[in-house]
Amino acid sequence: MSAVLDPHGHVAGDHGHDDHHGAPHGWRRWVFATNHKDIGTLYLLFAFAMLMIGGVLALLIRAELFQPGLQLVNPDLFNQLTTMHGLIMVFGAIMPAFVGFANWMIPLQIGASDMAFARMNNFSFWLMIPAAAMLAGSFFMPGGAPAAGWTLYAPLTLQMGPSMDAGIFAMHILGASSIMGSINIIVTILNMRAPGMTLMKMPMFVWTWLITAYLLIAVMPVLAGAITMTLTDRHFGTTFFNPAGGGDPVMYQHIFWFFGHPEVYIMILPAFGIISHIVPAFARKKLFGYASMVYATASIAILSFIVWAHHMYATGMPVTGQLFFMYATMLISVPTGVKVFNWIATMWRGSMTFETPMLFAVGFIFVFTMGGFTGLICSMAPIDTQIQDTYYVVAHFHYVLVAGSLFAMFAGFYYWVPKWTGVMYNETRGKIHFWMTLISFNVTFFPMHFLGLAGMPRRYADYPMQLADFNALASVGAFVFGFTQVFFFLFVVLPTMRGHGEKAPQKPWEAAEGLEWEVPSPAPFHTFENPPKLDATATRVIG
Amino acid sequence: MIKNISAWLSHGVLAASVAASNAAWAVNDLPGGPAVRQLNLQPAATKIAEEQGWLHWFMLIICTVIFVAVFGVMFYSIFKHRKSLGYKPATFHESVKVEIAWTVVPFIIVILMALPATKAVVAQKDTSNADLTIKATGYQWKWGYDYLKGEGEGIGFVSTLDNEHREISNSGAKGVQIENYLLKVDNPLVVPVNKKVRIITTANDVIHAFAVPAFGVKQDAIPGFVRDTWFRAEKTGDFYGQCQELCGKEHAYMPIHVKVVSAEDYSKWVAEQQKAMAAKMDDPNKVWTLDEIAKRGEKVYAANCAACHQPNGKGAGPIKALDGSAVVLDSDKAKQIKVLLNGQANGAMPAWKQLSDTDIAAVITYTKNNWSNKTGQLVQPAEIKASR
Repeated sequence: MSAVLDPHGHVAGDHGHDDHHGAPHGWRRWVFATNHKDIGTLYLLFAFAMLMIGGVLALLIRAELFQPGLQLVNPDLFNQLTTMHGLIMVFGAIMPAFVGFANWMIPLQIGASDMAFARMNNFSFWLMIPAAAMLAGSFFMPGGAPAAGWTLYAPLTLQMGPSMDAGIFAMHILGASSIMGSINIIVTILNMRAPGMTLMKMPMFVWTWLITAYLLIAVMPVLAGAITMTLTDRHFGTTFFNPAGGGDPVMYQHIFWFFGHPEVYIMILPAFGIISHIVPAFARKKLFGYASMVYATASIAILSFIVWAHHMYATGMPVTGQLFFMYATMLISVPTGVKVFNWIATMWRGSMTFETPMLFAVGFIFVFTMGGFTGLICSMAPIDTQIQDTYYVVAHFHYVLVAGSLFAMFAGFYYWVPKWTGVMYNETRGKIHFWMTLISFNVTFFPMHFLGLAGMPRRYADYPMQLADFNALASVGAFVFGFTQVFFFLFVVLPTMRGHGEKAPQKPWEAAEGLEWEVPSPAPFHTFENPPKLDATATRVIG
Repeated sequence: MIKNISAWLSHGVLAASVAASNAAWAVNDLPGGPAVRQLNLQPAATKIAEEQGWLHWFMLIICTVIFVAVFGVMFYSIFKHRKSLGYKPATFHESVKVEIAWTVVPFIIVILMALPATKAVVAQKDTSNADLTIKATGYQWKWGYDYLKGEGEGIGFVSTLDNEHREISNSGAKGVQIENYLLKVDNPLVVPVNKKVRIITTANDVIHAFAVPAFGVKQDAIPGFVRDTWFRAEKTGDFYGQCQELCGKEHAYMPIHVKVVSAEDYSKWVAEQQKAMAAKMDDPNKVWTLDEIAKRGEKVYAANCAACHQPNGKGAGPIKALDGSAVVLDSDKAKQIKVLLNGQANGAMPAWKQLSDTDIAAVITYTKNNWSNKTGQLVQPAEIKASR
């Protein structure tokens, strides 16, 4: 009964095993939660709440940019809005949402009874609440929220008010939470797989998360280092990044992007995993190249560590540096291409149906690839000279983060929600959600390519009047996009959580594969309490 | 705030309804700056920008061809290989040959893309043998230009957004159509046509970025460090850019205006500037009268201080008010002099030591004797000189 609000009707046991401790009730169930399904639900709800907060900030930005001139906010508040929109979406919405998916699905997919460290799991979730409160609450601190951009470039950060310190502290806590979550995921995957599930038989989502978790452990401490140095520069007289004392502001950018570039793959690799389950399920055909998908994921992860300075072409690095980072970046398009080709080869000569998960998956492939191509264009240092720090870049990363990560999570939600709640979502509403999202997304972000090419810098509260029409169009699209997500929550998510809808069978998708479909819907509070016996493909339980 | 929102809503509905006909913002293209509903890069005025434009088309075409080919296959499959059409799934999967092909082919395409890009990078980075070297210094929030080497050596000035445009922005820019909105400055950067101009960038406070799209240049201006870039403009005329690295509150209000003129016009401009500079040289030992120096201070205030402290001296939000400020009213003049020379609050109030002794003396005198401040105190340039 895991993701359903009312705790009665608990299904007893799975596979006839004993069900000696039932679901706890009331607030204790959530505050003291150690069950991976409950914690997964908490993560997902938390991430959605943050998506809404970050979305409201985005709509304030778009409202201000609807026409030239300042109408709603002053430029200082505008900078606070762009900064907090970025921080909240990256650290509050996208990352925790994927951890939510990991919590729910990894134990179910590998036939484990729970996550390896159940109490640490609880701690990593509940740490995020004070951090998020501090982050969102920084608007009400003296001087307002941090306004130095989500990248927090020095030495602008030295001019920020006390909320900057709150923001740094919040990010430290979120980072600690992420690291604990990653350790938990790695230990669970490496130690708790059901007998017979070798590494190369693991579901793709588990593979992508295993690699993502290593990326997180590698780079979150780097971010912590960068922001700690910022903190000591601000208060303890060090001058790491302050040129007035011999520090180097560009060094901050190197450290930040050494974290920041793997971070973008942290936000997209699990999405690749989700899509790699949905496409075969609805094409009724096996994933074309499982092994090459695993190798491609690993290649992307490794390459992600040697491309960071493509965010910094405009800082002025030596010609050899620019060439190295340009070549390395262009190279990433090869394994990424392999993934896209694999999904399409999986669809080829399949027997496809287009329920909402598949619609979002196809939408993901289509729109994400556009973001991939603009990424390739951005990677060319001479072109980047024109578009660095303009709306072209804003368009590019929203194509990969919204149409990439967010679309994949919507796809994953529709795919797995029958398992989570035991009821089917409303297909018509799902389709409305998909088409509204896809169209309004493109109306919002496609014109931003033109704005960027015309030279409109990002993080601008006001702009030349020639750019008014595309800005107005983007703003209209953004509001439709925002309200579509409210529709999604009220008319798709809430009904399934309340248990309204057609009862879901154990395996609602004809050709879905994996151990999660071997337990009843909704997944009982405890699953796989004894390791299941698997068939040769490690996708079926045989006793 | 509520009034603003309702005004904005009524305006918004109106603007949305006429956005398609473009009646609300019937502004013309700005040569050397953005065009109305511009779809591609700005027209190039240098070889480098031309090269970048060519590369962009080259990439766009290759990417579009691949996109159409790949998604042609996908959509063919989506329309043909449907269960509703009774299509039975094939069972093929795993093919080393196919996997190698779609790894190697993109790799070769990427190398083909990298070749012309490499050529362009090398050309862009070659700042040697410049005819004219100019230092561009980013300040919060204006640009300082110093002609370091070549014709016009020694000229230096500050370039600030037209205050009227800033006011229009604050008041919502309703019903105005200005072609060079937010791009108009008091002193444009003047350079000769067909000469290699090397721009050295640095900054006084935080990172800024010097960018002129038509020239294909963008270079961060980093405090404590110097970086360089170059351009050789092939057309005379006005070209516009904006600061491209978030630098605080007034980030959107520090434009770059480059005036490219013929060699003769440039020589004429240099001669004029040098004459004006000689005339402007203030004798720091001159003793001023209160009226005289306060009048000068009013101009200094409008150009440097009004953006934050506001023309009425009341400040805004975290920006402190000068009207009625204890430091301004203090009989010890040294207190205010120290703030102007060294800055305050971690640079939130920047240091202004780049201004001349006379300008600093003038603006302090002005603030001490304007609005409700009636101290009657007079600060002479010599006092600033002594405090430096």
